[in-house]
Amino acid sequence: MPVVLVVVDAVDGSAPKPTLELLTLARRIGSPAAVVFGPAADQLVPVLGEYGATDVYLVPDPRVLEHLVVPKVDALEQIARQAGELAAVLLTASPEGKEIGARLALRLDSGFISDAVDVEAGEPGSDHAVIATQSVFAASWTVTSVVTAGVPVISVKPNATTPTPEPVEPAVHEVAVELSAAAEATTITDRTVRESSGRPELTEASIVVSGGRGLGDGQHFNLIEGLADQLGAAVGASRAAVDAGWYPHSNQVGQTGKTVSPQLYLAIGISGAIQHRAGMQTSKVIAAINKDPEAPIFDLADFGIVGDLFKVVPVLSEEITRRRG
Amino acid sequence: MPKIVVLVKFTPDLTSDRNFLPDGTVDRDATPGRLSELDEHAAEQALQVQESSPGSELVYLTMGPPGASDALRKALSMGGDAAVHVQDDALHGSDAFATSLVLAEAIKRIGFDLVLTGMASTDAGMGVVPALLAERLGVPQVTFAGKLSVSGDQVEILRDSDTSSETVTAQLPAVVSVTDRTGEARYPSFKGIMAAKKKPVQNWSLADLGIDPALVGLASARTAVLTTTRRPARSAGQVVKDDGDGGRTLADFLAAQRFI
Repeated sequence: MPVVLVVVDAVDGSAPKPTLELLTLARRIGSPAAVVFGPAADQLVPVLGEYGATDVYLVPDPRVLEHLVVPKVDALEQIARQAGELAAVLLTASPEGKEIGARLALRLDSGFISDAVDVEAGEPGSDHAVIATQSVFAASWTVTSVVTAGVPVISVKPNATTPTPEPVEPAVHEVAVELSAAAEATTITDRTVRESSGRPELTEASIVVSGGRGLGDGQHFNLIEGLADQLGAAVGASRAAVDAGWYPHSNQVGQTGKTVSPQLYLAIGISGAIQHRAGMQTSKVIAAINKDPEAPIFDLADFGIVGDLFKVVPVLSEEITRRRG
Repeated sequence: MPKIVVLVKFTPDLTSDRNFLPDGTVDRDATPGRLSELDEHAAEQALQVQESSPGSELVYLTMGPPGASDALRKALSMGGDAAVHVQDDALHGSDAFATSLVLAEAIKRIGFDLVLTGMASTDAGMGVVPALLAERLGVPQVTFAGKLSVSGDQVEILRDSDTSSETVTAQLPAVVSVTDRTGEARYPSFKGIMAAKKKPVQNWSLADLGIDPALVGLASARTAVLTTTRRPARSAGQVVKDDGDGGRTLADFLAAQRFI
């Protein structure tokens, strides 16, 4: 069976959900071979095996984490050329994942597809081994496409599928990466890890509660956080709220922030400008609270409340507590 | 005295209804275009670098259909010295690889110490052209800057990833992409708009750059679109006016959907 390289986006020696999704998708196409970077890479072998990685390539060289993008491209190029017949390379569609994928595809003379929301094996006997689905133009169009030259390199958005285990005992290979001339040119001189909020990751959460300009003040985000914690949700913010300094940019939903696709998106005090809609309109269910009945968010909400969020949210919170008794 | 090249793109207006042509490429004639909002931030940062480095030169570069010259004029009205427009019928349907090939050749011909770009275009939005340019030019990629400073031949940026904030440094020449976090772009003044009309804009073809047309355009693309389907518009659901009971009604809805 041809090999599907899966690039692991490791955080603190644990595999994030999008990586497990990639392994699950990879099994549709071939046998998954995971590539893990950094000195703690070997800690991930058990979980990668649990999700079906028949091979795990460890790249423990610390320089891979000290410089931007290029050392990882060097390692992947090296592995791609020795891993046997490749059906595809899958990466998470983070900014770095896309940069790595594009540079790798250029070196391998391959095509690159970014931001896939689904990946399927092509019909047996057809020209196309892998078919990717993308959602474009603020999710107003769905596009399917294929790579027509070389090994398909595809970056996949979080939540493309539900991770399902399929345990195997992986063969582990340690890779000594030979860095290219440009590999150490861009240096990360300082890295401050942000304190975890304890809430689900925005792009991975099944429920997102977002606040916007209607909150009127940064401290009112405690209403959003309280509701999010009741629902086990991630907290999002509109660009207006982030620009006002009310909430961190890492929580911004929209064109220049995160794209989310949860089961439920609850927009509170958000008017729904196109920049915001681009980041959330593939959500399964959308509910909104806004005092302006003309707010464009109501055009896409499955359920909307026209009213003062400072009155509606506390009632909603109480109601959730009461129903859970 | 760095030489700065700022990449700008003419993109369909975000608020307009966007469509595909039968060949799977974006219908760029059907919708009004503009200088991509995200590139305005790159222009602003370039102007600030130029202002702090006397004697430096700032050239805008775009690749696109004739209308793309609007984006160059808009950028020139903010400031800067000159612009280059690469246009050629053979470019229609170029993917990120072909685009980066053409831009890299044009950048080499202009000459550069610093290439500044937006974080992504507002249409295709892959956000990979800066990385591909760095690969092709063999210079450092310094991408997704939320804050940028250039001193001497060193560039330093601050950037936010999902889990951390990073300080990243590199030596010039380099390719740097900036996010909308770098700050608002200036509005063109009347004087700026008038001055822009006199600034030189050169038109280059593929032949001028010595690029084989077979290496660009739709036929060279390493990906092919199989289908394009318009997603059914989300229909508005039920909207209820709060009369004190809105929170409970919303809870009923969430319970019916099994979220609570």
